[in-house]
This record gives sequence, C-alpha cells and structure tokens, in this order.
Amino acid sequence: MQTKRTIFPNKALPYLLLAPQLAITIIFFIWPAGQAVKSSFEREDPFGFRTTFIWFQNYTRLFTDPAYLNSFGRTMIFAVAVTLLSMAIALLLAAAVNRLMRSGKLYTTLLVWPYAVAPVVAGILWWFMFNPSIGIITYVLSQLGVTWNHRVSGLDAMILITIAAAWKQISYNFLFFLAGMQSVPASLNEAAAIDGAGPFKRFWTIVFPLLSPTTFFLLIININYTMFDTFGIVDGTTSGGPAQATNILVYKVYADGFLGLNIGSSAAQSVILMLIVIGLVFVQFRFVERRVQY
Amino acid sequence: MARIELTGVTKVYPGNVEAIKNLNLSIADGELVVLVGPSGCGKSTLLRMIAGLETITDGTIEIGDTVVNKLEPADRDIAMVFQNYALYPHMSVRGNLEYGLKNRGTPKAEIAERVNEAARILEIEPFLERKPRQLSGGQRQRVAMGRAIVRKPKAFLFDEPLSNLDAKLRSHMRVEIRRLQRTLGTTSVYVTHDQLEAMTLADKLVVMNGGLIEQVGKPLEIYSDPQSLFVAAFMGSPGMNLIEIEQLQALGASLPDMVPANTGTIGIRPEDIVLGDAGPEHISLPGTLDAIELVGSESLVYGRADGLNKELIVRAPGIHLGEPGNRITFSIPKAALHCFDRDTGRKRVATANAA
Ligand SMILES: Nc1ncnc2c1ncn2[C@@H]1O[C@H](COP(=O)(O)OP(=O)(O)OP(=O)(O)O)[C@@H](O)[C@H]1O
Ligand SMILES: [Mg+2]
Repeated sequence: MQTKRTIFPNKALPYLLLAPQLAITIIFFIWPAGQAVKSSFEREDPFGFRTTFIWFQNYTRLFTDPAYLNSFGRTMIFAVAVTLLSMAIALLLAAAVNRLMRSGKLYTTLLVWPYAVAPVVAGILWWFMFNPSIGIITYVLSQLGVTWNHRVSGLDAMILITIAAAWKQISYNFLFFLAGMQSVPASLNEAAAIDGAGPFKRFWTIVFPLLSPTTFFLLIININYTMFDTFGIVDGTTSGGPAQATNILVYKVYADGFLGLNIGSSAAQSVILMLIVIGLVFVQFRFVERRVQY
Repeated sequence: MARIELTGVTKVYPGNVEAIKNLNLSIADGELVVLVGPSGCGKSTLLRMIAGLETITDGTIEIGDTVVNKLEPADRDIAMVFQNYALYPHMSVRGNLEYGLKNRGTPKAEIAERVNEAARILEIEPFLERKPRQLSGGQRQRVAMGRAIVRKPKAFLFDEPLSNLDAKLRSHMRVEIRRLQRTLGTTSVYVTHDQLEAMTLADKLVVMNGGLIEQVGKPLEIYSDPQSLFVAAFMGSPGMNLIEIEQLQALGASLPDMVPANTGTIGIRPEDIVLGDAGPEHISLPGTLDAIELVGSESLVYGRADGLNKELIVRAPGIHLGEPGNRITFSIPKAALHCFDRDTGRKRVATANAA
C-alpha cells in the first residue's frame, strides 16, 4: 500500500513536532508508572525517613493477604456484573431504537447524555437516589416492602455501585451497538423474514452474530472500564464499605496508599492492575482483528 | 404452485409518495412475469408488497386463493432473490440453504436431501462448506437461487438478480433461470430494467410507468404492437423513432391514407427504416448523416431529416459506411407506421378506410 509521505529536510523537526505529546506521555504516564514499579519493590517506613529494597515481598505478601484476595474476587464479580448489565441494557435499547429507524435520532441524543457525566457525579447521583433516609428509590422500595441500606448491607452496596457504574457505561455501549446494527444490511433481515424467522429469531441468528466484533470490543472495553475507571463511583457512593464489601482493586490502591500510607503495597497493587490492563489490551489487539469475524 | 392476483393495489409511502396507483394484474400458475419500466416507476415496491416487505395501502393481493395482505412474509410461502443476494455472511453456503427449512421445522433428513438436490441442480456442491465471502459473484448468485428453490415455495420473486454480474455471465444465468423456472414450474415475478432479459425471459411482460401499468402482453406482442407512446419509446434499444405529424405535414410529405384522424405522432422502429430511395410505398425524407455506430452484425445510423427537429436512428443490416455530413435519404415504409393519438398518446388503429 502506498501512503502519502512528507519529507522533512530538517532532521530535528519531526522530533520537535512530537515533543509535546512525548513530554506529556513521559511526565504523566511513563514516569509515574516507573515510580510505581520502583516503589513496589521497596518498603518505606510510615514517616518516609527510610526506604529499603525488598524484592518481591510486597507482591508475595499481597497474594497471601485475605483482604486483597477478597478485593480481587469482588472486583471480578463487579466487572462481570457491570459489563453484562450495561451491555445487555445497551443492546436492548439499541435494538429498540434500530427498529424505529428515523425517529431514533432524538432517543440517541438523550441516551448519550449519561456518558458525559463525570464518574463522581454519577456516583453521587445514584447515592442520592438510593440514600436510606432521603432517597426516592429507597422510598419506593420501602413501599414495596424491601428494606434498602447500602451502609449496612454489603450486597446492597455492591448492587448500588454496579447500577451506578453500568448506568454510566450504557450510553457508550449503546452507540456502538446501534452503529453496528445499522451497518447490517436491511436486506439480510428481509431475507430472514421471508425465510420464516420471527423478529427475535432474526435478532439472535442474524443481527447478533454479525455484531460479534462490536460485542467483543465492548466486552474488553467494559471490563477495562469497570476495573480501572470506577474509582470516582465508589468514592462518591460507598467509599469501599461497608466492611470492605465494595473495596474493589482500584479503590484499594488509593485506600491503602493514601489513607493507609502503605506506599509499597499500594504500588505493587497498581503494578498488578497495570499488568491486567496490558493483558486485556493485548487480547483486544490480538483477537479482535482476527478471530472474531465471520 | 399458485396464481397471483393483484386487485386495485395502491402504495402510498410516508410523505404522500404514491408509488403504485390502483394496479390490477393476474399472474397465472407457473407463469413467469417480468416487470420492466424506468427507474423509480415502482417495480421494486410492487414486488416487495407481494413479498410482504412493504405494507399494502389499498387493494388486495392474493397468492393461490389466499388474500395475503395481512400475512407476514414468512407465511406467504414465497422466496425472493435480492439484487445484492442478501446471503447470511456468517453462515456457510449450506447454512444459508438450510436456514429457511430449519425455521419451518423441516425434519433433518429432509433438509439434507433438499439442500443436496438444490446444490446439485445449481452446481454449487463444491462450495457447500464455504462462506459467501469466499465465492465469486456468479457463485453467490447461484447460492441465492439455491436458497430460493430449496424451500419449494409457491412463488419466486426476483429483484434485478443479475444486475451485479458481467454481461457474459448474465446471459448465461438468464438462460439458466429460464430453464430452472420451466422445470420447476413455479410462478415467478421478475423485475429488471434490462431489455434483453425482459424480452427473453417473460411469458408475460408488464411495462410500468409512474406507478401504473402501461401495457401487458407477450414480449413480441409488446414490441411489435406498443399500445402507447411510452411503451414505443421505452421498449427496444434503441427505442422507436417518434415524429410529430405536424412537422411531417409542414414538409409536404405525403401521408398515407390509413393514418387515422386525430393522430398526433407516428412511430417507426429503427430496423424498419430503409436508407436510400425505396419506392412509392414509403415516405421519403432527405437528410444528413450524423454518426454511425458499427456493432458488427448491424450498424446504427444516426441522422437528421431536413426540417425535423429530432434525430432519427436507423438499424441497418451489416456494415454501413459513411461520413458525418453525407446526404442520405430515409425511406419510411407506410405499412410499418405506428400511429398515436394526439391527446392521449394511446395507439390508434390504422384502418384502410379511415380517409
Ligand atoms: N421507503 C420509501 N419511502 C418513500 N418513498 C419511497 C420509498 N421506497 C421507494 N420510494 C419511492 O417510490 C417510487 C418507486 O420506487 P421503487 O424502488 O419501487 O422503484 P423501481 O421501479 O424499483 O426503480 P429502480 O429501477 O431504480 O429500482 C420512487 O419514486 C421512490 O422514490
Ligand atoms: Mg428497484
């Protein structure tokens, strides 16, 4: 393939043009990441006077720490729950809007709004609605005979952050699903209708399989989002409580490092998170391009 | 096997677009009907209404004695071949053929048998396990045909099924579709804007214009006896030469007696015009040559008769040579004239005793 090429007579110019982006990447990403890796091999005393190099002790200690393993497990549950919930609802909405075709524009615009809401704000929004004393949803639930208190019940707290996190992500998933559905030629649906498949059958045997690249892409993106971008939501609603019930990995990094001042352990945890991201991104690039196609 | 009966069928799209206007058509059992007409005349709309892909605004459509207006496409027992084939890209060829049968709960053994039979008839057996994207255009076309015949429906509906193929493959598939339709004896409606397809495939040809039927008949009947100016100009490539009678009279040309009263336009097929003087049974018009297209077996001669504002096209046998600007004579045999009404554009029957 031939690409258009610009020849710079000056050898330094390209580097100069790249410099701002490189500087930002180095200052805000590479350097902190390097610091985290370095700290994860060290122990610092609580007053920050002395640091000792201790190899993998921070890591080995983590994997024998029940609190960490517990957090790991909860994060998995959280990630799966948020991903499934937000993708399922987004798929449903996209299918509904796709059927409307023309009048879909307005719904699309409205449905995209939650994505523009900052995580903390989303968290606080849901925290308000589920507030045990003043929340509207809690009120409705109590009328239905359901007692809701995410300050006491770990399950309630988990449900709360799941809803808040899923709600925010639905818009994003919806847009991708809708775009995917609209690129499925109408004649395929028509051919299937003539072939005797009802609307549901058509959806599951024609449209959904053709969406598989989108679905897989969103799966990775959503897991990524839930594991790493939900700090604000947890912070705005439960702060990891009650009794560590919602202390997911990304929140634990902050809680242990900044509140517990255990910098070494916190750094090790963030390095593990980083490795998980790298793993997910690798899977994404490796398989999205090849395996998931028809 | 079924006949199809359209009675007063009307389609109005949102925005008051009247695509089909009060149309009546009977299609006999086993007949192959071809719909032709200019782009936007409502051919696809009509076909899709028969298929159940568009709602029917007014009128009734019957397939084999059942009014299908309210039936879903699946319940009409028809099969459709789309212009873009609409093969399911994620299924193998076999999967594509099986899909309709599976949805209808056909027993497994019968599915296998029918798929194999269809594959044999269409010679797509070697590709059964391939995905559609691994096939050439012609092979995809066959698979699309296979998907239609495997279900043994009451009727086939074709919407320009060959328009994505090259000329050679198209003529090959045309013959094949004709043969297949004859063998299976399935009632078929075929939409095309290819003249050759329309003429060679049709048992019955329907010429449409602006949501209305202009003429229905056997292909040759329509060609040799067009009932309106529109059909005369549309059918044939090139279409009929149309000359306004006032211009002829202004030239002092001697009009034959049998031209009926109130004729506004006369028409003459390009192959009926003779170049050069040809005797008293002809209207002779001197003129100049504009261009010649040599096709090989025949020549298309473009010229302008003195005093007429329209170009005349002559289909001359063999190779006709000449330079632009040469003087030529167009001889129009009086017996081959078609006369069209001044007001309605409909055909007027030439009668020997009219004058
Ligand atoms: N979904 C629609 N909404 C509104 N108008 C439509 C719609 N589909 C078709 N039309 C209009 O109905 C008329 C007939 O369209 P149709 O597709 O049946 O034409 P056609 O004869 O198949 O033309 P072509 O040879 O170009 O395929 C056109 O004027 C078209 O603009
Ligand atoms: Mg069409």
